[in-house]
Amino acid sequence: MKHCLVVDDSRVIRKVACRILESLQFVTEEAEDGAAALDACRTKMPDVILLDWQMPHMTGIEFLRTLRRQNDGTTPIVVFCTTENDVGHITEALNAGANEYIMKPFDREILEAKFAQVGLL
Amino acid sequence: MTPAAFANLADMLRRRSGLVLTPDKMPLANSRLAPVAHLFGFKGVASLLAEFPYPREEIAQAVTEAMTTNETSFFRDREPFAYFRDVMLPALTIARASTRRLRIWCAAVATGQEAYSLAMLLDEANLAGFDWKIDLIATDLSAGAIARAKDGVYSQFEVQRGLPIHALLKHFTQEGNQWRVNDRLRRMVSFRTFNLLDNFGWLGEIDVIFCRNVLLYFDSQSKSAAFARLGETLVPDGTLVLGATEIGAESFVAAADAPRGFFVRSRIAASRAAILSG
Repeated sequence: MKHCLVVDDSRVIRKVACRILESLQFVTEEAEDGAAALDACRTKMPDVILLDWQMPHMTGIEFLRTLRRQNDGTTPIVVFCTTENDVGHITEALNAGANEYIMKPFDREILEAKFAQVGLL
Repeated sequence: MTPAAFANLADMLRRRSGLVLTPDKMPLANSRLAPVAHLFGFKGVASLLAEFPYPREEIAQAVTEAMTTNETSFFRDREPFAYFRDVMLPALTIARASTRRLRIWCAAVATGQEAYSLAMLLDEANLAGFDWKIDLIATDLSAGAIARAKDGVYSQFEVQRGLPIHALLKHFTQEGNQWRVNDRLRRMVSFRTFNLLDNFGWLGEIDVIFCRNVLLYFDSQSKSAAFARLGETLVPDGTLVLGATEIGAESFVAAADAPRGFFVRSRIAASRAAILSG
């Protein structure tokens, strides 16, 4: 089973995303901001990270840039999932190494489609 | 809704569109026709159906459109589009190299996502850059759906169903919470309202027909007639793409080494067509 780290400062969003992902046969883990996500990655690198943008301590984009510098630059797969829905933010995320981008609000169908697009389903 | 009113509705739908409406769809009919009843100033669905069996043309059209299924998404089911891009298109560029002409028809395009998905693949292949003439024709029974398809404006929810983020940035322009298909892509598609029960003559010969998940809703007589006309419209070596769970008529056989839903004309039907076309 693939391992997905869900990074979001909203507990509700994390729970909703985890429930959907578990129904898609993912093992899930939660982190409430970028700093906690980095710690989780040091302990065990996930196959995919579902990543919010605006979070305290370390934002999603700061986390992604740090992750891409530290790792081999291409893994793990990172799918942004954020209310930052404008072209500028999307472009910035892709340039920083995001593989896909979900504009909140999302549902099971969107999550499933996006994970399929990056080869996880 | 009385059984008699439902029978009148089902009869009109079959005559106008070939769609079969079984009695278990009565709750669906009620929910879909409520807005139509409101639009035309009726007290409710029962009052609307009291106009049947011979309603005014605009009512009959609105009822038919309301009862058709417009479920679609960009790159729906993914596999047919991947096969089109990776196998069919390269093969067609070889097979049609002498004419540099390719004609593709989306026969039940709903709100346009299937046609725009194909347009994106054709744009990536850049055949037009090598002087190919590509006709991408997209039709649907619903005038409302075709109007939306021509407009090319989709919600945030719609563009996230199947459309990779890179394709969204490349082919769409953001307008608030909506996304508009860029003119370059829109110019590649000719949209038109068309009923699959009508004469296909205006279409000419087509290399690839996408007719996914529509004929399965037709009654057997309308389905047979539609398959016959699809066969006449396809070039002898053309491909008919149905939904993955659909079965072609006797004049078609499953395409070799293709995903489910891809059909070519049977050898006999293709030979007959080649002789007739001289």
